[in-house]
Amino acid sequence: MIELEGLTKRYGEKLAVDNLTFTVRPGTVTGFLGPNGAGKSTTMRMILGLDHPTAGNVRVDGRRYQELKDPLTYMGALLDAKAVHGGRSAYNHLLCLAQSNGIPDRRVHEVLDTVGLTPVARKKAKGFSLGMSQRLGIAAALLGDPRILMFDEPVNGLDPEGIHWIRGLMKSLAAQGRTVFVSSHLMSEMALTADHLVVIGQGRLLADTSMADFIERNSRCYVRIRTPERERLLDVLSTAGITAVEQDGGLLEVEDGEAERIGELAARHRVVLHELSSRQSSLEEAFMQLTAGSVEYHAHTGQAERAGQAGQTGQAGQAEPAAAPVQPAVADMKKES
Amino acid sequence: MTTQVIRSEWTKIRSVASTVWTLSLAAVVTIALGMLVSALARQQFDNMGEQDRLSFDATYISFAGMGLGQLAMIVFGVLVVTNEYSTGMIRTSLAAVPRRGSLLASKVAVATVLALVVGMVTSFAAFFLGQALLGSLSTSIGEEGVLRAVIGGGLYMALIAMFSMGIAVMLRSPMLSLGILMPFFFLISNILGAVQATKKFGRFLPDQAGSHIMQVVTPVGDDTPYGPWGGLGIMALWVIAALAGGYLLLRKRDA
Repeated sequence: MIELEGLTKRYGEKLAVDNLTFTVRPGTVTGFLGPNGAGKSTTMRMILGLDHPTAGNVRVDGRRYQELKDPLTYMGALLDAKAVHGGRSAYNHLLCLAQSNGIPDRRVHEVLDTVGLTPVARKKAKGFSLGMSQRLGIAAALLGDPRILMFDEPVNGLDPEGIHWIRGLMKSLAAQGRTVFVSSHLMSEMALTADHLVVIGQGRLLADTSMADFIERNSRCYVRIRTPERERLLDVLSTAGITAVEQDGGLLEVEDGEAERIGELAARHRVVLHELSSRQSSLEEAFMQLTAGSVEYHAHTGQAERAGQAGQTGQAGQAEPAAAPVQPAVADMKKES
Repeated sequence: MTTQVIRSEWTKIRSVASTVWTLSLAAVVTIALGMLVSALARQQFDNMGEQDRLSFDATYISFAGMGLGQLAMIVFGVLVVTNEYSTGMIRTSLAAVPRRGSLLASKVAVATVLALVVGMVTSFAAFFLGQALLGSLSTSIGEEGVLRAVIGGGLYMALIAMFSMGIAVMLRSPMLSLGILMPFFFLISNILGAVQATKKFGRFLPDQAGSHIMQVVTPVGDDTPYGPWGGLGIMALWVIAALAGGYLLLRKRDA
Protein backbone atom coordinates (compact mmCIF):
# COMPACT_ATOMS: atom_id res chain seq x y z
CA MET A 1 0.00 0.00 0.00
CA ILE A 2 1.21 3.47 -0.88
CA GLU A 3 -0.52 6.42 0.78
CA LEU A 4 -0.09 9.98 -0.39
CA GLU A 5 -1.37 12.80 1.75
CA GLY A 6 -1.37 16.36 0.48
CA LEU A 7 1.85 15.64 -1.38
CA THR A 8 3.20 18.82 -2.90
CA LYS A 9 6.38 19.70 -4.78
CA ARG A 10 7.28 23.19 -5.81
CA TYR A 11 10.21 24.09 -8.06
CA GLY A 12 10.64 27.83 -7.70
CA GLU A 13 7.37 29.37 -8.86
CA LYS A 14 6.12 26.21 -10.48
CA LEU A 15 3.96 23.69 -8.66
CA ALA A 16 4.99 20.34 -10.13
CA VAL A 17 2.82 18.32 -7.77
CA ASP A 18 -0.12 20.02 -6.13
CA ASN A 19 -1.66 18.57 -2.98
CA LEU A 20 -2.04 14.97 -4.14
CA THR A 21 -3.96 12.64 -1.87
CA PHE A 22 -4.71 9.08 -2.90
CA THR A 23 -4.00 5.52 -1.91
CA VAL A 24 -2.59 2.73 -4.04
CA ARG A 25 -4.04 -0.57 -2.84
CA PRO A 26 -2.76 -4.12 -3.02
CA GLY A 27 -4.13 -6.79 -5.33
CA THR A 28 -4.82 -4.47 -8.24
CA VAL A 29 -2.92 -2.70 -10.95
CA THR A 30 -3.29 1.02 -10.36
CA GLY A 31 -2.68 3.12 -13.43
CA PHE A 32 -1.15 6.54 -12.91
CA LEU A 33 -2.18 8.55 -15.89
CA GLY A 34 -1.39 12.05 -17.02
CA PRO A 35 -0.01 13.96 -19.96
CA ASN A 36 3.75 14.47 -20.21
CA GLY A 37 4.89 16.94 -17.59
CA ALA A 38 1.88 16.30 -15.34
CA GLY A 39 4.08 15.41 -12.38
CA LYS A 40 3.97 11.61 -12.51
CA SER A 41 7.72 11.06 -12.30
CA THR A 42 8.15 13.73 -9.63
CA THR A 43 5.46 12.01 -7.56
CA MET A 44 7.19 8.67 -7.98
CA ARG A 45 10.55 10.13 -6.97
CA MET A 46 8.96 11.53 -3.82
CA ILE A 47 7.47 8.12 -3.01
CA LEU A 48 11.02 6.73 -3.11
CA GLY A 49 12.39 9.56 -0.99
CA LEU A 50 14.60 10.76 -3.85
CA ASP A 51 12.96 14.18 -3.99
CA HIS A 52 11.92 15.93 -0.81
CA PRO A 53 8.26 17.03 -0.78
CA THR A 54 7.60 20.73 -0.26
CA ALA A 55 4.56 19.74 1.80
CA GLY A 56 2.55 16.68 2.68
CA ASN A 57 3.83 13.17 3.07
CA VAL A 58 3.85 9.76 1.51
CA ARG A 59 3.96 6.40 3.25
CA VAL A 60 4.91 2.96 2.02
CA ASP A 61 3.36 0.24 4.15
CA GLY A 62 2.68 2.89 6.78
CA ARG A 63 6.22 4.19 6.94
CA ARG A 64 8.35 6.76 5.20
CA TYR A 65 10.46 5.09 2.53
CA GLN A 66 13.66 6.28 4.23
CA GLU A 67 12.65 4.43 7.40
CA LEU A 68 12.35 1.06 5.68
CA LYS A 69 15.11 -1.38 6.49
CA ASP A 70 16.25 -3.06 3.27
CA PRO A 71 13.69 -1.10 1.22
CA LEU A 72 14.08 -3.26 -1.89
CA THR A 73 12.35 -6.06 -0.01
CA TYR A 74 9.29 -3.83 0.54
CA MET A 75 9.13 -2.00 -2.71
CA GLY A 76 10.73 -2.37 -6.12
CA ALA A 77 10.75 0.47 -8.59
CA LEU A 78 11.69 1.08 -12.19
CA LEU A 79 12.05 4.79 -12.81
CA ASP A 80 14.50 5.18 -15.66
CA ALA A 81 15.70 2.11 -17.49
CA LYS A 82 18.81 3.88 -18.76
CA ALA A 83 19.93 4.84 -15.24
CA VAL A 84 22.55 2.12 -15.15
CA HIS A 85 26.34 2.36 -15.30
CA GLY A 86 27.00 1.31 -18.87
CA GLY A 87 30.36 -0.27 -18.07
CA ARG A 88 28.91 -2.65 -15.51
CA SER A 89 27.49 -6.01 -16.49
CA ALA A 90 23.83 -6.79 -15.89
CA TYR A 91 24.85 -9.38 -13.32
CA ASN A 92 27.08 -7.00 -11.34
CA HIS A 93 24.46 -4.25 -11.51
CA LEU A 94 21.91 -6.51 -9.87
CA LEU A 95 24.50 -8.00 -7.53
CA CYS A 96 25.46 -4.66 -6.00
CA LEU A 97 21.79 -3.82 -5.47
CA ALA A 98 21.11 -7.21 -3.92
CA GLN A 99 24.08 -6.95 -1.56
CA SER A 100 23.04 -3.50 -0.35
CA ASN A 101 19.77 -4.97 0.90
CA GLY A 102 21.03 -8.32 2.15
CA ILE A 103 19.31 -10.20 -0.66
CA PRO A 104 20.99 -13.55 -1.42
CA ASP A 105 23.04 -13.78 -4.63
CA ARG A 106 20.87 -16.55 -6.06
CA ARG A 107 18.00 -14.05 -6.40
CA VAL A 108 20.12 -12.26 -9.01
CA HIS A 109 20.11 -15.40 -11.17
CA GLU A 110 16.39 -15.89 -10.56
CA VAL A 111 15.35 -12.41 -11.66
CA LEU A 112 17.69 -12.50 -14.65
CA ASP A 113 15.89 -15.66 -15.64
CA THR A 114 12.46 -14.12 -15.03
CA VAL A 115 13.13 -11.22 -17.39
CA GLY A 116 14.99 -13.38 -19.91
CA LEU A 117 18.39 -11.70 -19.62
CA THR A 118 20.39 -14.75 -18.49
CA PRO A 119 22.20 -15.10 -21.86
CA VAL A 120 23.52 -11.52 -21.63
CA ALA A 121 24.05 -11.41 -17.85
CA ARG A 122 27.80 -10.87 -18.20
CA LYS A 123 27.50 -8.31 -20.98
CA LYS A 124 28.00 -4.62 -20.28
CA ALA A 125 24.76 -2.69 -19.95
CA LYS A 126 25.79 -0.02 -22.47
CA GLY A 127 25.29 -2.51 -25.28
CA PHE A 128 21.68 -3.10 -24.27
CA SER A 129 18.74 -1.97 -26.36
CA LEU A 130 16.05 0.07 -24.63
CA GLY A 131 13.94 -3.06 -24.38
CA MET A 132 16.75 -4.99 -22.69
CA SER A 133 17.38 -2.05 -20.35
CA GLN A 134 13.70 -2.04 -19.40
CA ARG A 135 13.97 -5.73 -18.60
CA LEU A 136 17.06 -5.09 -16.49
CA GLY A 137 15.21 -2.33 -14.64
CA ILE A 138 12.30 -4.67 -14.01
CA ALA A 139 14.70 -7.36 -12.80
CA ALA A 140 16.07 -4.84 -10.31
CA ALA A 141 12.55 -4.01 -9.15
CA LEU A 142 11.74 -7.70 -8.61
CA LEU A 143 15.02 -8.42 -6.83
CA GLY A 144 13.79 -8.17 -3.25
CA ASP A 145 10.53 -10.03 -4.01
CA PRO A 146 8.69 -6.89 -2.82
CA ARG A 147 4.98 -6.59 -2.02
CA ILE A 148 4.86 -3.22 -3.76
CA LEU A 149 6.01 -2.49 -7.28
CA MET A 150 6.20 0.80 -9.09
CA PHE A 151 6.95 1.25 -12.77
CA ASP A 152 7.36 4.56 -14.59
CA GLU A 153 6.28 4.19 -18.23
CA PRO A 154 7.46 0.58 -18.45
CA VAL A 155 6.29 -0.07 -22.00
CA ASN A 156 8.14 2.90 -23.50
CA GLY A 157 10.42 1.73 -26.24
CA LEU A 158 9.41 -1.91 -26.06
CA ASP A 159 8.52 -4.03 -29.03
CA PRO A 160 5.04 -5.62 -29.18
CA GLU A 161 6.31 -8.84 -27.64
CA GLY A 162 7.89 -6.92 -24.77
CA ILE A 163 4.74 -4.88 -24.21
CA HIS A 164 2.68 -8.03 -24.09
CA TRP A 165 5.12 -9.52 -21.59
CA ILE A 166 4.97 -6.45 -19.29
CA ARG A 167 1.18 -6.39 -19.31
CA GLY A 168 1.07 -10.03 -18.33
CA LEU A 169 3.71 -9.51 -15.66
CA MET A 170 1.88 -6.62 -14.04
CA LYS A 171 -1.40 -8.49 -14.00
CA SER A 172 0.17 -11.58 -12.50
CA LEU A 173 1.97 -9.52 -9.83
CA ALA A 174 -1.34 -7.94 -8.85
CA ALA A 175 -3.05 -11.33 -8.90
CA GLN A 176 -0.49 -12.48 -6.33
CA GLY A 177 -1.86 -9.77 -4.06
CA ARG A 178 0.90 -7.27 -4.64
CA THR A 179 0.46 -3.54 -5.01
CA VAL A 180 1.27 -2.52 -8.57
CA PHE A 181 1.51 1.18 -9.43
CA VAL A 182 2.29 1.96 -13.03
CA SER A 183 2.43 5.26 -14.84
CA SER A 184 1.65 5.99 -18.45
CA HIS A 185 0.61 8.84 -20.67
CA LEU A 186 -1.38 6.47 -22.85
CA MET A 187 -4.98 5.82 -21.89
CA SER A 188 -5.17 2.92 -24.30
CA GLU A 189 -2.32 1.22 -22.47
CA MET A 190 -3.97 1.73 -19.09
CA ALA A 191 -7.31 0.45 -20.36
CA LEU A 192 -5.62 -2.88 -21.05
CA THR A 193 -3.78 -3.31 -17.77
CA ALA A 194 -5.14 -1.16 -14.97
CA ASP A 195 -8.02 -2.03 -12.64
CA HIS A 196 -7.88 1.32 -10.94
CA LEU A 197 -7.06 4.71 -12.33
CA VAL A 198 -5.47 7.81 -10.86
CA VAL A 199 -5.40 10.69 -13.31
CA ILE A 200 -3.39 13.85 -12.76
CA GLY A 201 -2.87 16.98 -14.80
CA GLN A 202 -0.50 19.82 -13.95
CA GLY A 203 0.22 18.11 -10.67
CA ARG A 204 -3.41 18.04 -9.54
CA LEU A 205 -5.61 15.02 -8.97
CA LEU A 206 -8.26 14.84 -11.69
CA ALA A 207 -9.71 11.40 -11.06
CA ASP A 208 -9.28 8.52 -8.66
CA THR A 209 -11.66 5.83 -9.77
CA SER A 210 -12.01 2.23 -10.81
CA MET A 211 -11.35 1.55 -14.47
CA ALA A 212 -14.88 0.22 -14.95
CA ASP A 213 -16.40 3.39 -13.49
CA PHE A 214 -14.17 5.55 -15.60
CA ILE A 215 -15.21 3.75 -18.77
CA GLU A 216 -18.86 3.89 -17.88
CA ARG A 217 -18.81 7.54 -16.99
CA ASN A 218 -16.64 8.69 -19.82
CA SER A 219 -17.63 6.71 -22.83
CA ARG A 220 -20.07 9.00 -24.55
CA CYS A 221 -22.46 7.50 -27.11
CA TYR A 222 -23.94 9.63 -29.81
CA VAL A 223 -25.33 9.51 -33.31
CA ARG A 224 -23.71 11.53 -36.02
CA ILE A 225 -25.73 12.74 -38.98
CA ARG A 226 -24.79 14.47 -42.20
CA THR A 227 -27.48 15.82 -44.42
CA PRO A 228 -27.88 18.44 -47.18
CA GLU A 229 -31.30 19.31 -45.69
CA ARG A 230 -30.19 20.37 -42.26
CA GLU A 231 -33.08 22.70 -41.33
CA ARG A 232 -35.74 20.20 -42.38
CA LEU A 233 -34.12 17.40 -40.43
CA LEU A 234 -33.77 19.60 -37.34
CA ASP A 235 -37.50 20.34 -37.53
CA VAL A 236 -38.34 16.68 -37.91
CA LEU A 237 -36.15 15.71 -34.99
CA SER A 238 -37.39 18.43 -32.64
CA THR A 239 -41.01 17.51 -33.44
CA ALA A 240 -40.09 13.96 -32.41
CA GLY A 241 -38.54 15.31 -29.20
CA ILE A 242 -34.96 14.67 -30.20
CA THR A 243 -32.36 17.35 -29.60
CA ALA A 244 -29.60 17.56 -32.17
CA VAL A 245 -26.53 19.66 -31.68
CA GLU A 246 -24.97 21.35 -34.68
CA GLN A 247 -21.30 20.75 -35.12
CA ASP A 248 -18.70 22.17 -37.44
CA GLY A 249 -18.77 21.10 -41.07
CA GLY A 250 -22.54 20.82 -41.15
CA LEU A 251 -22.62 17.79 -38.89
CA LEU A 252 -25.37 17.05 -36.41
CA GLU A 253 -24.92 15.02 -33.27
CA VAL A 254 -27.56 13.45 -31.08
CA GLU A 255 -26.54 12.40 -27.60
CA ASP A 256 -27.59 8.85 -26.67
CA GLY A 257 -29.70 8.73 -29.79
CA GLU A 258 -30.82 5.61 -31.62
CA ALA A 259 -29.61 5.54 -35.19
CA GLU A 260 -32.51 3.28 -36.23
CA ARG A 261 -35.18 5.67 -34.99
CA ILE A 262 -33.53 8.70 -36.58
CA GLY A 263 -33.11 6.83 -39.85
CA GLU A 264 -36.78 5.84 -39.85
CA LEU A 265 -37.88 9.39 -39.07
CA ALA A 266 -35.76 10.72 -41.91
CA ALA A 267 -37.15 8.14 -44.32
CA ARG A 268 -40.72 8.89 -43.31
CA HIS A 269 -40.18 12.59 -43.99
CA ARG A 270 -38.08 11.93 -47.09
CA VAL A 271 -35.02 13.77 -45.80
CA VAL A 272 -31.83 12.82 -47.59
CA LEU A 273 -29.02 11.59 -45.32
CA HIS A 274 -25.37 11.33 -46.35
CA GLU A 275 -24.24 9.82 -43.10
CA LEU A 276 -25.90 8.20 -40.14
CA SER A 277 -23.66 6.50 -37.64
CA SER A 278 -23.66 5.43 -34.00
CA ARG A 279 -20.47 6.46 -32.34
CA GLN A 280 -18.72 6.02 -29.07
CA SER A 281 -16.01 8.38 -28.00
CA SER A 282 -12.83 6.52 -27.13
CA LEU A 283 -11.26 6.44 -23.68
CA GLU A 284 -8.38 8.34 -25.18
CA GLU A 285 -10.81 11.16 -25.94
CA ALA A 286 -12.28 10.97 -22.48
CA PHE A 287 -8.80 11.20 -21.01
CA MET A 288 -7.91 14.14 -23.20
CA GLN A 289 -11.10 15.94 -22.28
CA LEU A 290 -10.36 15.37 -18.63
CA THR A 291 -6.85 16.73 -18.94
CA ALA A 292 -7.62 19.32 -21.62
CA GLY A 293 -7.18 22.27 -19.31
CA SER A 294 -4.01 20.96 -17.81
CA VAL A 295 -1.82 19.93 -20.68
CA GLU A 296 1.64 21.34 -20.31
CA TYR A 297 2.82 21.48 -23.89
CA HIS A 298 0.50 22.13 -26.78
CA ALA A 299 1.25 22.04 -30.45
CA HIS A 300 -0.81 25.02 -31.50
CA THR A 301 -2.83 24.72 -34.64
CA GLY A 302 -5.54 26.81 -36.26
CA GLN A 303 -8.14 24.57 -34.65
CA ALA A 304 -7.24 25.65 -31.16
CA GLU A 305 -10.59 27.38 -30.65
CA ARG A 306 -12.32 24.06 -31.09
CA ALA A 307 -10.45 22.65 -28.18
CA GLY A 308 -12.44 21.10 -25.42
CA GLN A 309 -15.66 21.10 -27.41
CA ALA A 310 -17.81 18.05 -26.86
CA GLY A 311 -17.12 15.33 -29.34
CA GLN A 312 -13.84 16.79 -30.47
CA THR A 313 -10.57 15.20 -29.62
CA GLY A 314 -9.85 17.27 -26.57
CA GLN A 315 -7.17 19.84 -27.23
CA ALA A 316 -6.77 20.02 -30.95
CA GLY A 317 -3.41 18.94 -32.24
CA GLN A 318 -2.21 18.00 -28.80
CA ALA A 319 1.45 17.11 -28.45
CA GLU A 320 0.71 13.55 -27.51
CA PRO A 321 1.09 10.70 -29.94
CA ALA A 322 -2.02 9.20 -28.41
CA ALA A 323 -4.61 11.22 -30.26
CA ALA A 324 -6.73 8.31 -31.43
CA PRO A 325 -9.51 9.28 -33.80
CA VAL A 326 -13.15 8.76 -33.02
CA GLN A 327 -13.95 5.10 -33.32
CA PRO A 328 -17.16 4.63 -35.25
CA ALA A 329 -19.41 1.81 -34.17
CA VAL A 330 -20.72 1.33 -37.69
CA ALA A 331 -19.15 1.81 -41.07
CA ASP A 332 -18.05 5.38 -41.43
CA MET A 333 -18.43 7.04 -44.79
CA LYS A 334 -17.13 10.43 -43.83
CA LYS A 335 -14.64 12.15 -46.04
CA GLU A 336 -11.97 14.29 -44.51
CA SER A 337 -12.73 17.91 -45.29
CA MET B 1 27.54 2.41 7.09
CA THR B 2 26.81 -1.29 7.22
CA THR B 3 28.66 -4.34 5.97
CA GLN B 4 25.85 -4.86 3.43
CA VAL B 5 26.35 -1.47 1.87
CA ILE B 6 30.14 -1.82 1.98
CA ARG B 7 29.91 -5.14 0.12
CA SER B 8 27.65 -3.48 -2.41
CA GLU B 9 30.04 -0.58 -2.92
CA TRP B 10 32.92 -3.01 -3.32
CA THR B 11 31.01 -4.81 -6.06
CA LYS B 12 30.34 -1.46 -7.73
CA ILE B 13 33.94 -0.28 -7.63
CA ARG B 14 35.50 -3.52 -8.82
CA SER B 15 33.05 -3.96 -11.68
CA VAL B 16 33.93 -0.84 -13.66
CA ALA B 17 36.97 -0.40 -15.84
CA SER B 18 37.75 3.15 -14.70
CA THR B 19 38.86 1.87 -11.29
CA VAL B 20 41.58 -0.27 -12.79
CA TRP B 21 42.93 2.24 -15.28
CA THR B 22 42.94 5.27 -12.98
CA LEU B 23 44.67 3.42 -10.16
CA SER B 24 47.22 1.72 -12.41
CA LEU B 25 47.94 5.04 -14.09
CA ALA B 26 48.48 6.68 -10.70
CA ALA B 27 50.97 3.96 -9.73
CA VAL B 28 52.80 3.81 -13.06
CA VAL B 29 53.16 7.57 -13.51
CA THR B 30 54.32 8.15 -9.92
CA ILE B 31 56.86 5.35 -9.98
CA ALA B 32 58.17 5.91 -13.51
CA LEU B 33 58.54 9.66 -13.18
CA GLY B 34 60.20 9.23 -9.77
CA MET B 35 62.71 6.83 -11.33
CA LEU B 36 63.42 9.19 -14.20
CA VAL B 37 64.02 12.17 -11.94
CA SER B 38 66.18 10.05 -9.59
CA ALA B 39 68.37 8.95 -12.48
CA LEU B 40 68.69 12.54 -13.73
CA ALA B 41 69.47 13.82 -10.22
CA ARG B 42 72.36 11.40 -9.92
CA GLN B 43 73.82 12.64 -13.20
CA GLN B 44 73.33 16.30 -12.39
CA PHE B 45 74.35 16.28 -8.73
CA ASP B 46 77.89 17.49 -9.42
CA ASN B 47 76.56 20.50 -11.36
CA MET B 48 74.24 21.58 -8.55
CA GLY B 49 74.89 24.67 -6.44
CA GLU B 50 76.08 24.51 -2.87
CA GLN B 51 72.65 25.25 -1.38
CA ASP B 52 70.90 22.63 -3.54
CA ARG B 53 73.42 20.02 -2.50
CA LEU B 54 72.85 20.80 1.16
CA SER B 55 69.07 20.57 0.68
CA PHE B 56 69.33 17.37 -1.38
CA ASP B 57 66.58 15.01 -0.23
CA ALA B 58 67.01 11.55 -1.72
CA THR B 59 63.63 10.42 -0.38
CA TYR B 60 61.72 13.40 -1.74
CA ILE B 61 63.46 13.09 -5.13
CA SER B 62 62.13 9.56 -5.55
CA PHE B 63 58.59 10.97 -5.01
CA ALA B 64 59.01 13.48 -7.85
CA GLY B 65 56.31 11.63 -9.81
CA MET B 66 53.70 12.30 -7.15
CA GLY B 67 52.71 15.68 -8.60
CA LEU B 68 51.62 14.09 -11.86
CA GLY B 69 50.55 10.73 -10.43
CA GLN B 70 48.15 12.42 -8.04
CA LEU B 71 46.18 13.65 -11.03
CA ALA B 72 45.23 10.05 -11.82
CA MET B 73 44.22 9.65 -8.16
CA ILE B 74 42.01 12.72 -8.55
CA VAL B 75 40.39 11.17 -11.61
CA PHE B 76 39.81 7.97 -9.61
CA GLY B 77 38.14 9.86 -6.75
CA VAL B 78 36.04 11.98 -9.08
CA LEU B 79 34.87 9.06 -11.24
CA VAL B 80 33.94 6.85 -8.27
CA VAL B 81 31.40 9.50 -7.28
CA THR B 82 30.34 11.11 -10.55
CA ASN B 83 29.82 7.77 -12.33
CA GLU B 84 26.66 7.54 -10.24
CA TYR B 85 25.43 10.94 -11.35
CA SER B 86 26.37 10.91 -15.01
CA THR B 87 24.63 7.57 -15.53
CA GLY B 88 21.59 8.25 -13.32
CA MET B 89 22.59 5.24 -11.21
CA ILE B 90 22.43 7.50 -8.13
CA ARG B 91 18.62 7.23 -8.08
CA THR B 92 18.79 3.44 -8.19
CA SER B 93 21.47 3.50 -5.48
CA LEU B 94 19.50 5.83 -3.23
CA ALA B 95 16.32 3.81 -3.71
CA ALA B 96 18.30 0.79 -2.49
CA VAL B 97 20.05 2.69 0.31
CA PRO B 98 17.88 5.67 1.25
CA ARG B 99 20.05 6.64 4.23
CA ARG B 100 22.31 8.93 2.25
CA GLY B 101 24.99 9.25 4.90
CA SER B 102 25.35 5.47 4.93
CA LEU B 103 25.68 5.31 1.16
CA LEU B 104 28.28 8.09 1.07
CA ALA B 105 30.29 6.77 4.00
CA SER B 106 30.42 3.26 2.51
CA LYS B 107 31.38 4.53 -0.91
CA VAL B 108 34.14 6.77 0.47
CA ALA B 109 35.39 4.04 2.81
CA VAL B 110 35.70 1.43 0.06
CA ALA B 111 37.36 3.82 -2.39
CA THR B 112 39.71 5.15 0.27
CA VAL B 113 40.89 1.71 1.34
CA LEU B 114 41.56 0.89 -2.29
CA ALA B 115 43.39 4.18 -2.86
CA LEU B 116 45.38 3.65 0.32
CA VAL B 117 46.51 0.17 -0.71
CA VAL B 118 47.51 1.38 -4.17
CA GLY B 119 49.08 4.50 -2.66
CA MET B 120 51.21 2.52 -0.19
CA VAL B 121 52.41 0.07 -2.81
CA THR B 122 53.18 2.98 -5.13
CA SER B 123 54.99 4.93 -2.45
CA PHE B 124 57.20 2.03 -1.38
CA ALA B 125 57.91 1.04 -4.97
CA ALA B 126 58.76 4.64 -5.94
CA PHE B 127 61.08 4.92 -2.95
CA PHE B 128 63.02 1.70 -3.45
CA LEU B 129 63.28 2.00 -7.22
CA GLY B 130 64.27 5.64 -6.92
CA GLN B 131 66.98 4.85 -4.37
CA ALA B 132 68.33 2.09 -6.60
CA LEU B 133 68.79 4.65 -9.38
CA LEU B 134 70.26 7.29 -7.08
CA GLY B 135 73.22 5.00 -6.39
CA SER B 136 75.71 6.66 -4.05
CA LEU B 137 73.29 9.51 -3.29
CA SER B 138 70.59 7.17 -1.98
CA THR B 139 69.28 6.94 1.52
CA SER B 140 67.87 3.90 3.31
CA ILE B 141 64.51 3.17 4.85
CA GLY B 142 66.16 2.90 8.27
CA GLU B 143 67.39 6.53 8.27
CA GLU B 144 65.57 8.97 10.50
CA GLY B 145 62.31 10.21 9.03
CA VAL B 146 62.50 8.08 5.89
CA LEU B 147 59.93 5.44 6.82
CA ARG B 148 57.57 8.23 7.94
CA ALA B 149 58.03 9.92 4.56
CA VAL B 150 57.35 6.73 2.60
CA ILE B 151 54.24 5.81 4.59
CA GLY B 152 53.24 9.47 4.34
CA GLY B 153 53.42 9.21 0.54
CA GLY B 154 50.79 6.47 0.62
CA LEU B 155 48.60 8.44 3.01
CA TYR B 156 48.95 11.51 0.83
CA MET B 157 47.60 9.65 -2.21
CA ALA B 158 44.63 8.31 -0.26
CA LEU B 159 43.84 11.77 1.10
CA ILE B 160 44.00 13.30 -2.39
CA ALA B 161 41.46 10.71 -3.56
CA MET B 162 39.21 11.44 -0.55
CA PHE B 163 39.37 15.19 -1.12
CA SER B 164 38.40 14.65 -4.77
CA MET B 165 35.44 12.51 -3.71
CA GLY B 166 34.17 15.23 -1.40
CA ILE B 167 34.43 17.87 -4.13
CA ALA B 168 32.82 15.53 -6.65
CA VAL B 169 29.81 14.87 -4.37
CA MET B 170 29.28 18.61 -4.17
CA LEU B 171 29.65 19.25 -7.90
CA ARG B 172 28.14 15.97 -9.26
CA SER B 173 29.46 16.56 -12.78
CA PRO B 174 32.67 14.75 -13.77
CA MET B 175 33.73 17.47 -16.19
CA LEU B 176 33.19 20.27 -13.71
CA SER B 177 34.96 18.39 -10.91
CA LEU B 178 37.97 17.51 -13.03
CA GLY B 179 37.98 20.94 -14.63
CA ILE B 180 38.42 22.49 -11.21
CA LEU B 181 40.59 19.92 -9.44
CA MET B 182 43.13 19.13 -12.16
CA PRO B 183 44.33 22.65 -12.93
CA PHE B 184 44.13 23.53 -9.27
CA PHE B 185 46.46 20.77 -8.13
CA PHE B 186 48.69 20.78 -11.17
CA LEU B 187 49.16 24.52 -11.64
CA ILE B 188 47.39 26.95 -9.38
CA SER B 189 48.45 25.44 -6.08
CA ASN B 190 52.08 25.29 -7.22
CA ILE B 191 52.03 28.89 -8.40
CA LEU B 192 50.43 30.10 -5.17
CA GLY B 193 53.02 28.16 -3.22
CA ALA B 194 55.97 29.51 -5.21
CA VAL B 195 55.11 33.18 -5.58
CA GLN B 196 56.40 35.12 -2.60
CA ALA B 197 53.24 37.20 -2.17
CA THR B 198 50.90 34.22 -1.90
CA LYS B 199 53.29 31.73 -0.31
CA LYS B 200 52.01 32.27 3.23
CA PHE B 201 48.52 31.32 2.10
CA GLY B 202 49.59 28.80 -0.52
CA ARG B 203 51.33 26.48 1.88
CA PHE B 204 48.08 25.86 3.72
CA LEU B 205 46.48 24.39 0.58
CA PRO B 206 45.79 20.66 0.87
CA ASP B 207 48.54 19.39 -1.43
CA GLN B 208 51.21 21.89 -0.34
CA ALA B 209 50.60 21.09 3.31
CA GLY B 210 50.18 17.36 2.81
CA SER B 211 53.27 16.82 0.68
CA HIS B 212 55.49 17.97 3.55
CA ILE B 213 55.17 14.50 5.01
CA MET B 214 57.33 13.18 2.14
CA GLN B 215 60.25 15.49 2.94
CA VAL B 216 63.10 14.19 5.07
CA VAL B 217 65.62 17.02 4.65
CA THR B 218 64.31 20.49 5.47
CA PRO B 219 65.38 22.84 2.65
CA VAL B 220 67.79 25.62 3.59
CA GLY B 221 65.93 28.78 4.61
CA ASP B 222 62.61 26.98 5.03
CA ASP B 223 60.25 28.73 7.44
CA THR B 224 57.20 26.47 7.16
CA PRO B 225 55.22 26.89 10.38
CA TYR B 226 54.18 23.23 10.64
CA GLY B 227 55.98 19.88 10.70
CA PRO B 228 55.39 16.81 8.49
CA TRP B 229 52.48 15.46 10.52
CA GLY B 230 51.11 18.93 11.06
CA GLY B 231 51.03 19.37 7.29
CA LEU B 232 49.22 16.08 6.81
CA GLY B 233 46.80 17.18 9.55
CA ILE B 234 46.05 20.37 7.62
CA MET B 235 45.37 18.27 4.53
CA ALA B 236 43.10 16.00 6.57
CA LEU B 237 41.11 19.05 7.68
CA TRP B 238 40.57 19.97 4.02
CA VAL B 239 39.39 16.42 3.35
CA ILE B 240 36.96 16.53 6.27
CA ALA B 241 35.60 19.88 5.08
CA ALA B 242 35.12 18.61 1.51
CA LEU B 243 33.37 15.42 2.63
CA ALA B 244 31.21 17.26 5.16
CA GLY B 245 30.16 19.73 2.47
CA GLY B 246 29.40 16.83 0.13
CA TYR B 247 27.34 15.06 2.78
CA LEU B 248 25.30 18.15 3.66
CA LEU B 249 24.49 18.81 0.00
CA LEU B 250 23.71 15.16 -0.69
CA ARG B 251 21.31 15.08 2.25
CA LYS B 252 19.58 18.29 1.30
CA ARG B 253 19.34 17.92 -2.46
CA ASP B 254 16.81 16.09 -4.58
CA ALA B 255 18.53 13.16 -6.24
